[in-house]
Amino acid sequence: MSGQVYPKDTKVLPGLQLEKVDDRIMTLNVGPQHPGSGHMRIIIKVDGDYIVHCDPDPGYVHRGEEKMAEYRNYITNIPHLERPVIHDSCNILYPYCLGVEELLGIEVSERAKYIRVIAAELNRCVYIQYWLAIYGIFLGHSTMFMWPVGDRELMIDLLDKMTGARVTHAYFVPGGVRNDIPANFEDMCLRQVNYFEKRLKEYADVFYDNPILISRTKDTGVLSREDAIKLGTTGSVLRASGVDFDIRKKEPYDVYEELDFQTNVLKEGDSYARSKIPWLDMLESCRIIRDALQKMPKSGSVRVKLKPKPKAGDTEVYRRVESGRGSLGMHIVSRNNPQPYRLKISVPSFRNLIAMPHLLTGEKLGNLPPVYWSLNYWPVEADR
Amino acid sequence: MSVIAPKFRLGYLIKGLTDNIFWIIVILTLVGLPVVQIVLIYIDFPIIDGEIWNPFRVLDAITHPERALPLVKSFMQTDFFKVAAFPGFGFAALIAAATIFVERKLLAKLQLRVGPFYCGKVEGILQLMADGLKLISKEIIIPAKADKPLFWAAPVLFAATAGAFVALIPVAPGWVVADIDLGLLAVFAVIGFFPIITIVSAWSANSKFPFIGGIRALYQMVSFEIPLILSLLGIVMLTGTLNLMEIVESQASFPWIIFMPIGAIVFFICILAELERIPFDLPEAESEIVAGWLTEFSGMMYGLVQLGSYLKLYAFAALFVVLFLGGWNGPWFYPMEPIAEVITDGVVLMPGALTLEIEGGLLFSQEMINGLIWFVLKTVGVILVILIPRGVFPRIRIDLLLQIGWYKLIVLAFINIFIALALVYSGIIGPGGIL
Repeated sequence: MSGQVYPKDTKVLPGLQLEKVDDRIMTLNVGPQHPGSGHMRIIIKVDGDYIVHCDPDPGYVHRGEEKMAEYRNYITNIPHLERPVIHDSCNILYPYCLGVEELLGIEVSERAKYIRVIAAELNRCVYIQYWLAIYGIFLGHSTMFMWPVGDRELMIDLLDKMTGARVTHAYFVPGGVRNDIPANFEDMCLRQVNYFEKRLKEYADVFYDNPILISRTKDTGVLSREDAIKLGTTGSVLRASGVDFDIRKKEPYDVYEELDFQTNVLKEGDSYARSKIPWLDMLESCRIIRDALQKMPKSGSVRVKLKPKPKAGDTEVYRRVESGRGSLGMHIVSRNNPQPYRLKISVPSFRNLIAMPHLLTGEKLGNLPPVYWSLNYWPVEADR
Repeated sequence: MSVIAPKFRLGYLIKGLTDNIFWIIVILTLVGLPVVQIVLIYIDFPIIDGEIWNPFRVLDAITHPERALPLVKSFMQTDFFKVAAFPGFGFAALIAAATIFVERKLLAKLQLRVGPFYCGKVEGILQLMADGLKLISKEIIIPAKADKPLFWAAPVLFAATAGAFVALIPVAPGWVVADIDLGLLAVFAVIGFFPIITIVSAWSANSKFPFIGGIRALYQMVSFEIPLILSLLGIVMLTGTLNLMEIVESQASFPWIIFMPIGAIVFFICILAELERIPFDLPEAESEIVAGWLTEFSGMMYGLVQLGSYLKLYAFAALFVVLFLGGWNGPWFYPMEPIAEVITDGVVLMPGALTLEIEGGLLFSQEMINGLIWFVLKTVGVILVILIPRGVFPRIRIDLLLQIGWYKLIVLAFINIFIALALVYSGIIGPGGIL
């Protein structure tokens, strides 16, 4: 079990100390140039096959998004704020748009709300497919890399038709969405989502029911319910540990309370459960999209006209949404200016990263990739 | 200092070629022809039947069909041909190259993509050549703290050991490079040499990830060698020989897989582990330890290791065919009689001058061609079964792997031995048996 075999050294800062050379303990720098790291470094110490110390070292892709936001007005902030996680760009713009709408006191039309929900769910599928592909290749399953990347194109095509861009959509704006969806979108969306759902169920045959995968990821990196709450994890990590927490249910935004869907919760809290929750979320997303397409008003305006540089009052607002990785919040402080005085992004990736040393200490070296990537961690987003 | 690459122009290329050709012609004519003339002056050409046998006439005589066939045949009986071309390296390398191509296309079809496509006109058939050229042209980088002689030696040793393994495999009646009585024991010895090379290369690279990969490879290979050897003991008991040719001949009526399916399964799983293929590719697990013990190899050193590992793949698949699937035995579908009159009498070249008596007969016997076709078909089948797990399974973990090796496969191998003992002592198979 984690944390029991070896005491954790909490005082050591990553990468700063000169350590004593030990015959038994070997320090490995997993990253930033390592096939299994992403844009980050994990300093691990191994004793034989066991990880005795783990130090995640993020910050390689820090871009100063929060500071940049202070120099741009509320409209020009849109394109650069989606950069931290371009595969989930609708969901990272969602809390920003909700917050600015609250600051400016704009009421969004019903049709725009439905379109936003559809775009956000499509984008969640795009992100999770990409995540799943990398989870597959981390486990040495190359078919599970190719299939999600291929099927992801279905969703990307839909978003392309909707927004005009394949990846960085910049689709959500304060006051609705940038443009209306094309005329024949509903039929195409329904067809592709149905096919996508069929394909998702085939993943179970090749991946989730695979005995080798189960033997490898079951009971590894177990995060108990109490620890998951105490460490402040969110999203799929929290729900895999048996906590029923989904912002779409707990604090419904836009039209989520009118839609029919459920939250997926598993009790095990191991890497297998953590890898299965996003897949179940995708199946749930397909349901949401179908439901939203049915209930959406067939016509109406989708965007409230704003002044070129809208000014908000002397107030502040915090809104959060459920992104592909978990609760994503934005705290916008306004001081009677066209620009935000301060914009703080609370990202789910960084919150899930905190669980990593806790989970990896005492695990085997072979468990590093599945445990690391099952935390649903996106390094670029965590660095902002 | 930066170097700007010169612009490519067709004119420069043609000029370079013509310049070289011009000087080559000049040197050949000024130096080569006089040398040839001088040499020819001092050689006494033999006069046979009133005709002078000059080099051109000898060439003419050799290329005459009646003499050429026995010459080719005698060349094919030499050890050099056996080692370099047919049952040895050339044949194995051909199958290995085909395996790489088939693997990439098969995996691509499984993963709903195209695979190699542009290199070569047909379906990217020249991709392997392109990759080989790329590897050859790459710079070889050696870590500063590496133990250089050992590091250099490791890939060469790996490919050479794989070649030695190939040399022990009989592919058709009478066609084997090394026909030794203790053939199976030699196979065990060669297999036992691979972990040593792996650990030598991992240790000499003086780097952390290769070291972990080498240790993993050592654990994996050593712990899977034991069930591998044990799973083959049953066949040795039933046949009473270690000679691979005799083992194949003993399967003329039925292959041993009928009586020893457990041994075949154990052996197959051990093959996957010995070959470091998915799901047992732990020594090269890229998301954990970069490329394992291959991390520091670059350029053609890496290419040699890859060549060796695919030769090893062919050799193991062929060994499975030889031991369990009956080798070259199979129903006749090739005509039993020669199609055309290609039988020639023995020939004596240049009587009086150069006496070289060559037997007549067929280039290949019909039996050999039929057997070879069966052998290749079976080997390709086994290779395909070895390739498919790569598209279906994820990688296993080292502790689970060792658990499979020590707790499950060894027990199954012993059960197989008991089955073989029961078959021998009940008098069904073996010396004086019913079958």
